Amino acid sequence: MPERQPRLVMENIVKEFPGVRALSNVQLSLYPGEVHALMGENGAGKSTLIKVLTGVYSIDNGSVVLDGKTVHIKNPQDAQEKGISTVYQEVNLCTNLSVTENIFIGREIKKHGRLAWKEMHKRAEALLASLQLKIDVTKLLSSYSVAIQQMVAIARALNVSAQILILDEPTSSLDRDEVKQLFSVIRKLKKDGLAIVFVSHFLDQIYEITDRLTVLRNGEWIGEYMTEELDRVDLVSKMIGKELQELEAVTKNVSHESAERETFLTADQVGLKGKIHPFNFDLKKGEIVGFAGLLGSGRTEIARLLFGADKADQGTIKIKGEKLNFSSPRQAIVNNIGFCSEDRKAEGIIPELTVRENIILAIQSVNGWFRYISKTKQTKIADEYIELLNISPANPEQLIKNLSGGNQQKVMLARWLVTDPELLILDEPTRGIDIGAKTEIMKLMTELSQKNKAILFISSELEEILRTSHRIAVLRDRKKVSEYQNQKGLTQQELMKEMAGGM
Amino acid sequence: MINRLSIDYKQLPLIATIALFVLMFSFGSLRYTGFFSTQVFLNLFIDNAFLIVVAVGMTFVILSGGIDLSVGSVIALTSMVAASLTMEAQLSPVIVVPISLLVGTVLGMVQGSLIHFYNLQPFIVTLAGMFLARGLSYVISVETIAIEHPFFSYMASTQIPLPGGTFISISVVIAIIIVIIAIFLGHFTKFGRTIYAIGGSEQSAMLMGLPVGRTKVLIYTLSGFCASLAGLIFTFYMLSGYGLHANGMELDTIAAVVIGGTLLTGGAGYVAGSVVGVLILGIIQTIIVFEGTLSSWWTKIAIGVLLFLFIVLQRIIVIRSEKKQAKE
Repeated sequence: MPERQPRLVMENIVKEFPGVRALSNVQLSLYPGEVHALMGENGAGKSTLIKVLTGVYSIDNGSVVLDGKTVHIKNPQDAQEKGISTVYQEVNLCTNLSVTENIFIGREIKKHGRLAWKEMHKRAEALLASLQLKIDVTKLLSSYSVAIQQMVAIARALNVSAQILILDEPTSSLDRDEVKQLFSVIRKLKKDGLAIVFVSHFLDQIYEITDRLTVLRNGEWIGEYMTEELDRVDLVSKMIGKELQELEAVTKNVSHESAERETFLTADQVGLKGKIHPFNFDLKKGEIVGFAGLLGSGRTEIARLLFGADKADQGTIKIKGEKLNFSSPRQAIVNNIGFCSEDRKAEGIIPELTVRENIILAIQSVNGWFRYISKTKQTKIADEYIELLNISPANPEQLIKNLSGGNQQKVMLARWLVTDPELLILDEPTRGIDIGAKTEIMKLMTELSQKNKAILFISSELEEILRTSHRIAVLRDRKKVSEYQNQKGLTQQELMKEMAGGM
Repeated sequence: MINRLSIDYKQLPLIATIALFVLMFSFGSLRYTGFFSTQVFLNLFIDNAFLIVVAVGMTFVILSGGIDLSVGSVIALTSMVAASLTMEAQLSPVIVVPISLLVGTVLGMVQGSLIHFYNLQPFIVTLAGMFLARGLSYVISVETIAIEHPFFSYMASTQIPLPGGTFISISVVIAIIIVIIAIFLGHFTKFGRTIYAIGGSEQSAMLMGLPVGRTKVLIYTLSGFCASLAGLIFTFYMLSGYGLHANGMELDTIAAVVIGGTLLTGGAGYVAGSVVGVLILGIIQTIIVFEGTLSSWWTKIAIGVLLFLFIVLQRIIVIRSEKKQAKE
């Protein structure tokens, strides 16, 4: 492959957002006729890199060379004109328009100053036929399944005579047969000389379809490899990384044995179609259970089910022996369950409120909206937790959006701690925050478990899970695949193997 | 083939609207003598020509997922501008008409630009536009300005005869031309299809490389233009300019568009539907006039009930099509 001229070379790409360096010195090269995987966990910078390549974001530094010429990609329209097309994860088409329109909109065929619908319908049919798809193109896109919509998105991308096709998680909502069909299309396009970027969290698919891969982590370029030369465990460890040193500070002070304790929560064959296969799970008081799994493995889905943010369509959940299937988070909160979402910005903080107001939200919800908590009391509560969790700046009237990620996360924790929950579900509480804050949060978890609280801890950092958890559940492909007692001999290697699967 | 015969869910509101209109017209015809005549039907157009024109502009705005609250005030402002330029400045209609049309067009363009460039909510921007335009009409004069000018009288009173001894007004001709242009614009031009795309998903439209910004500015400009044109037609109809003209008309317009089957969230609907929506508002009024004893406020009650029914109907359609998709 290297003897050929690369179609695209991106070098030293830097992209900064206020307060975050989303990409630092990232590189990517694409050759015609290859399928190239872009790998990395959430927040690694894959999406940002794709958006840079498709002109949604402009770069702060670095160069993009397309067919030997340095180019500047101004916007998505410009990218398409340069032959770079994208099929986004959430199919970004307009479902209220017909199939034909979705393929042609923006570059419609015109005759005598008006749109030539007949001609466009005919061409759309031909284009889809080349992708082995025969459907009525005059119907609205919304009347077709996601798999077909995906094909339409690809057809749209190809219609611009694309040279680079980016498929961002194209398989995440497809079933096995649909994936097969998609792959046969990808192979055909590859033969036609397209350079294809393939993003997926399913390792099986990566090994099936891609030729080379680039790994990113925390916005940094980790390396470029031939897919067949890199084995799965190596790949996973490159994606997850080991930040051992940072965690030296947290001593493994958890007694790693589950004593005879009262069971707080039991899930029996709980599942939700399309989200998570039915699973069994129980959690005892004073226990920390770690959920290990790659993004998209179903870890967040489980958390949401247990918290009532999504409603299970099968199985039963019991809290202290009592059958309770939550249909709203409020029911979970009243039953002493707290949940810190992985998406702190969208599902956690209320940015325009102060630290104090953010902290008292959950307790207010437990109390009922009409029982007013006096401001003096609110301030007292806020001050108490600011001190306990070492939140800085130590000012309860500061707007939370002005705090760093780590401190925002602590406020989220405080919000739930005020309600004195018996079960705390923490989804990636340590992501995107600095080492000091990470350590503090893990120490706090340990302390809470000693106070007989149950904790469900979801993290991409295996080191953290191994350090804090009594038990560890491993998830893969939306299934809970195994469960370990955390004993001395258990290594990251072993967990990674299980997470990667297919050995 | 069977597929072609089955009714598309999204067209259901439009079909319901047309059926409702036919039903109401039949009801009137059976109940009142003299109701079932071509002229009564044509009067619906004559009395509501201006509303049809505003509704056309509003349809595009709502299709894109936006809203334009300024149209009622723009009608008033246009009527004031036209009246004062004609009567006080003694200008010829050749100058008055273009200037009047510019009033709403410019305001619409400003509103569209604010919405696009500063990423503001259409609701609040056009609310500001509404107050501004209404206030400006009073700056021109707090009194009614009656118009006495041969051109305006001609536009007001000319009857275009149709077969069967019936007639329509010039305003109706203007409204029909606008409707035809709008239907062409909506379905056979890039501009129109981009509006539907933006209404379906602005994010998608942007990622598909469509000119979202330009289109949005144009939509509000178009709506402003339609409002001004409606203002002129209204002036022909009333032969006066007054700051209180068309008070609350923006809400009637939105009601007509929604009853006409356009989804308030954007992306689905037809210009033709809005025309039927206007006719339904008109026929409610006609029925109440024929009834004789009912107060005109019953119009509002009827519109209120209809609106409730239609938004619920739309919601049910959306939910059902979502379910259908989930099954697949």
